[in-house]
Amino acid sequence: MNALKNPRLLGTFAVVVLIGAAPAVFAGENYAMRVITVGMCAAIAVYGLNIILGFTGQLSLAQGGFFGIGAYGVGLLTTDYDWSFWSAFFVSVIGTAVIGYLCGLIALRTKDEYFAIFTMAIGFIIFLVISRWEAVTHAHSGVNNVKFPEGAGIVDFSSPIAMFYLVFLVLLICIYITHAIRRSSVGRTLLTIRTSEDLADAIGVRVGFSKQLAFAASAVFGGIGGGLYATVVGFIGPDAASIDKTFEFLMFILVGGMGTVAGPLLGSMIVTFLFELFQDFQAYRFIVLGPIIVALVIFAPRGIIGYLGEFIDRRNRRRRLAGMRRSPKETGPDGRSAAPTAETMTESGAGTTSEETK
Amino acid sequence: MTLFIQQLFNGLALGGVYCLAAIGLTLVFGVLRIPNLAHGALYMLGAYITYFFLTTLGVPYIAAIGIAALLLFVVGVGLERLVFHPLRNSPHTHHMIAAVGAMFFFQALAQAIWGADFRRMKTPITGGLDILGAEISAQRIVIIVTAVIVLALLAWFIKRSIHGQTIEAIEQDRIGASLVGISPSMVSMLTLGLSALLATVAAGLVAPINLLSPTMGDALNLKVFAIIILGGLGSLPGAIVGGFALALAETMTATYISSAVGEAVAFIVLVAVLAIKPTGLFTKAVQR
Repeated sequence: MNALKNPRLLGTFAVVVLIGAAPAVFAGENYAMRVITVGMCAAIAVYGLNIILGFTGQLSLAQGGFFGIGAYGVGLLTTDYDWSFWSAFFVSVIGTAVIGYLCGLIALRTKDEYFAIFTMAIGFIIFLVISRWEAVTHAHSGVNNVKFPEGAGIVDFSSPIAMFYLVFLVLLICIYITHAIRRSSVGRTLLTIRTSEDLADAIGVRVGFSKQLAFAASAVFGGIGGGLYATVVGFIGPDAASIDKTFEFLMFILVGGMGTVAGPLLGSMIVTFLFELFQDFQAYRFIVLGPIIVALVIFAPRGIIGYLGEFIDRRNRRRRLAGMRRSPKETGPDGRSAAPTAETMTESGAGTTSEETK
Repeated sequence: MTLFIQQLFNGLALGGVYCLAAIGLTLVFGVLRIPNLAHGALYMLGAYITYFFLTTLGVPYIAAIGIAALLLFVVGVGLERLVFHPLRNSPHTHHMIAAVGAMFFFQALAQAIWGADFRRMKTPITGGLDILGAEISAQRIVIIVTAVIVLALLAWFIKRSIHGQTIEAIEQDRIGASLVGISPSMVSMLTLGLSALLATVAAGLVAPINLLSPTMGDALNLKVFAIIILGGLGSLPGAIVGGFALALAETMTATYISSAVGEAVAFIVLVAVLAIKPTGLFTKAVQR
């Protein structure tokens, strides 16, 4: 019952239900289904970025690299080594986790700008390995015919709708994990680090360990997104690991709202839609989108969900204050009719008048 | 031995280019305390504008570089005004994201105007010199000489001229400098303009050797960041030493081991420095 009254949760549900119902609208159009499914794969990786950037406040530019590791892990294992999708998927996700953890060991010795530059270098090294190591990754010819997941005779994943719901299910799990992290003490720990690392350290938070966990978790989400992306698209090239991917993810999270639960999903969907809109001029789309990124950071750094959240908070506070003012009026009707109405009153004004009436 | 001398000069020429590009970046970090991720894009834009004046309009080579450098100075000032100035009080992640947006914009712009294909810039400087049996192309000599002259001018500007000294003052203590009447806002504009100017000189010098493409700045971007981290963020001598060290390491490994290793040297250096001594070789630089 309580959950129904929380507009944030309701909003998240609304977005999720809306996307979950997408196949009903686009059932016949495979292309549209595929675009949405790929968008959801990206959204999973963006949820990873959300943990390290949104919650912990560290800009990691290696997310595209981890996405690429997941994609190439699944791609190479299912084609060249003829593994089944599921085993390849689990191995690549675990592989990404291990690589992420190891990178974190060095990367998290640094912070702020150094961390961003260092993770950018990690991302670039991953890209370099993938695009140059011809013997293993086939370099620029890419990996063709990545297997569909095995449905064990129950589901046929070669149909776009089944694939959609598979990715959708994983996405839901990621959203739930993000929600759980945010609510738990782990989430609060990470938020403390974002606010001030020194302060967190002073009050006994294990800063290094928490950042390490957040970084590894972000890598895992990247790997999951990449692995699913490989099977959805069926063909992967070095582009899947490029630094541009990272920047795309960054834009998704920025539009949706950093550090929010619904933000990455909403941002991914909106920007994917915009990309499709500008598809005819693929290469030039950044003439428009570049300034949009800059404008967003300057004028709306909290993204869509951030602003909605702020709006809800303000409304709640106003309601609470209105309630506080009404109760003393009822008990002591000394007729302060000069008290301003709720609409015209500022918040600070409301605080003082309610104190006066007491 | 001939090969070694050849490669030594190649390394020195590349080092000159890296230095010019890295010094701008390290200056910007010292004054604005932000890593300007769009630096590589400014370098790329500088190369294309030099190309435009040299090839399309037929301006002489040195003049073309000069005009392009001045234009890029204006672009740098604009970048500071429109992107970094409004963000001066935001968390550090925001600058970097905005810089990425600016970088994408410049790349797309260059692609829209000049196309995505590689372009070759012809240089009027031909011929070569014979040094100890090795044939060194005149272009490389020009790069080395110009880089040294520009670095000397820059050193004079920062240490001796009043405007340059304001840059150093802001680097040392922002609040203290504002108290004695130096405008941080003016100095920020000057620094970003200067960094774009230096990047353009670097790009104009190296463009006849390399090919031009809208993404040519990406690889340089990472290398330049490796250099300034190696030297210490914000340190001028660090950028110079780091630039030549990295360039020599790169050309030598590419010659004697393999070209793939040569390309990866920058990142190996970066990982090693950050793992062992994250403050870089010249620590004094920036106190955070």
